[in-house]
Amino acid sequence: MFAIDPLLESVDGSAVLIVLLKVVVAFAALMIAVMAMVWFERKVVARMQNRLGPNVAGPFGILQTLADGVKLFFKEDLLPREADRPVFRLAPYLSLVPAFLVFVVVPLGGDFSNDRHGVVSWFGKETLVQVADPHIGILFVLAMSSMAVYGVMLAGWSSGSKYPLLGSVRAAAQMISYEAALGLSLLAVLLNSGSLSTNEIVSGQSGWNWNLWATGVVPFIVFFIAATAELNRPPFDLVEAEQELVGGFHTEYSSLRFALFFLAEFMNTITMSAVIVTLFLGGPNGPSFGPGWLQAILPTVWFLAKLLVFLFVFVWLRGTLPRLRYDQLMDLGWKLLIPLALGWFLLLAAFKIGQDEGWNRAVVGVVGTVVILLGALLISMAVGTARARRAAVEVEA
Amino acid sequence: MFATSLVQTLTFAIAAMICVTGALGVVALRNPVHNALSLVATLFGVAVLFIAQEAYFLAAIQVIVYAGAIVVLFLFVIMLLGVDRAESFAAERHPLGLAVGGILGGGVMVLAAVTLFAGVDTATGRRSTVGALAPSDDLNRIGRALFTEYAFAFELTSLLLTIAVLGAVLLSRRASGPPIDLDEFPAEEPDADAEEVEA
Repeated sequence: MFAIDPLLESVDGSAVLIVLLKVVVAFAALMIAVMAMVWFERKVVARMQNRLGPNVAGPFGILQTLADGVKLFFKEDLLPREADRPVFRLAPYLSLVPAFLVFVVVPLGGDFSNDRHGVVSWFGKETLVQVADPHIGILFVLAMSSMAVYGVMLAGWSSGSKYPLLGSVRAAAQMISYEAALGLSLLAVLLNSGSLSTNEIVSGQSGWNWNLWATGVVPFIVFFIAATAELNRPPFDLVEAEQELVGGFHTEYSSLRFALFFLAEFMNTITMSAVIVTLFLGGPNGPSFGPGWLQAILPTVWFLAKLLVFLFVFVWLRGTLPRLRYDQLMDLGWKLLIPLALGWFLLLAAFKIGQDEGWNRAVVGVVGTVVILLGALLISMAVGTARARRAAVEVEA
Repeated sequence: MFATSLVQTLTFAIAAMICVTGALGVVALRNPVHNALSLVATLFGVAVLFIAQEAYFLAAIQVIVYAGAIVVLFLFVIMLLGVDRAESFAAERHPLGLAVGGILGGGVMVLAAVTLFAGVDTATGRRSTVGALAPSDDLNRIGRALFTEYAFAFELTSLLLTIAVLGAVLLSRRASGPPIDLDEFPAEEPDADAEEVEA
C-alpha cells in the first residue's frame, strides 16, 4: 500500500512520521502561499493600474487576506431557495480538494544533479522532498485538473439560477477543450523524459538540460496558454465575465463557501505554476554553491524563484490583456493549439526515432517539417473550402 | 510495524463500500444529476481498487477518461437538455420491465458469484482483491500489449472513433438555412433556425 513512495517500502514508525510531516508541511505551506498570492496579485495589479492596493492591514497590507478571510468567515451563509442543497454544499469542496492534491506530486527541493534523484536524508531516513512520487505522477495532475471541472460545473447548476448555469456550461466547455491541448503539449515532455513520474522528469532536466529548450519552446508556449485557460484566468475568464454573467458560477455563493472557491482559484494558479516549473524549467534544479546548509536549501530557493516568475506573469496577463470572445476562445483552442501541439509532437517523435536509428538529423528535420507543413496546408485548405461554401450558401439565401 | 494486510483489507472495504453506495445511488436517486454524481463516486472507488492492486495507470485513466470526460459529458447533456429536475424524469413502467430487469440482474449476480467461488483461473487467469497482479508496472505492459499484440485492433478502434467523430459532425450540421459567419455580427436575424446551425 505504501508503494506510492518507493523509498518508504519498509514501513516503520519514523517513516510514517516523515510522511505525516511532509503532508502537514505541504498543506501549511500551500495555505500560506495562497494568502501571500492573493496579496501579491492585488498589490501588483493595483500598481499596474496606478493604485496603491491593500496598504492598511499590517506592513504593506500583507495581512489583508487574513482580514478578508475573517470577514467572510463571519458573514451570513445564504442558501438560495431554488438551490439543490446537497450539491450546492458539495461543490466548493470539489473545487478545493483537487487544487490541494495536485501539489502532492510536485518536487519542491532536493539535489537532482549527478543522478541523485532529489533524495535527501531526514532523521536517518532517505526520502524525497515531495509528498508522493507515483509512477504516473503527471497523469495524476491531469486527473485532478479534470476533477476541478466538477466543482465549477456543479456550483453553477446547483445554484438554480440562470447566470451561474451559463457560466458553468461555458466553464465546462472551455476546460474540456483546453485539456486536450494541455495533454498534447505534455506529450512532448513525456517523450523527452521517457517517464510519467515527476521525479524522473525533473531528474532528466538536471544540468541546465531543461525541457523548455529540449522540446523546442513550442510545447511550453502551448502548455502555458492551455494552463491559463484551464485556470479560467484572464484573458480566458469568460467563466466569470462580470459584464455578462454577474459573477459566473459562484454568483449565488456567499460567506465561507465563496471563500473556498476563491481559495481554490488562487491555489490552482500556484499549483499550475509549480507544474509548469516542474515540467519545463527543471523544478528545483539550479547552480549549487556555498556551505552545506546553503546547498541543502538552494534547490527549494531556485524552485520558489522560478515559481514566482510564473505567478507574476499570470498577474501581469490579468493586468494587461482584454478578455477573449467565446468563439475566439474555441478557435484558439481547437484550430490552433491542438494541431500545433500535435504536429510538434510528431516532429519530436520523428527526431527521436531518427536518433535511435542513426539517421541524419538535418534530413529528418527537413522531411518532418515538409510533411507537417503539407498537413497544415491540407487542413487550412479544408477549413477554407468549408468557409467558402458556407459563404456561398449565405449569398444564395 | 503495521500489519500491511490489515491496511489492505481496510482500503478494500472502504473502496468497495464507496463503489456499492455509488452504484445504489445511480439506480435509486431520482435526480439525473445526483445519479451522475453517484456514478463518479463508483468510478472513484474502482480507481482506488486499481491503486490497491498497484495498477496506477489504470487508476489514472479511469479518473481522467471516465470521471473526467464521460460523466462530465453526461452532466453537460443533462444540463443543456434541462431534464435536471426529478419530475421531468417520470416514465411509464412497462409491465415486463420488472421481470426482465430481475432476470438480467439475477443472472449477472449468479455469474459474478460463480466466477468468485469457482477457482483461481476462471475469468482472467489471475485473481486478487488487493496486491499487485503482475510483477512489472502496468503502464509498460499495457503499452507493449497495445502496440505489439493488439496493434491491428488498436488501429481499427482509432479508425472507428475517427469515423464516429466525422459522423457526429455531419449529423449535427444541417444544410438548410443560411449559417452565420462568426467573424461578423449578423445585420439582422434571418430566422431562428439559422442560429441553431452554428450553435
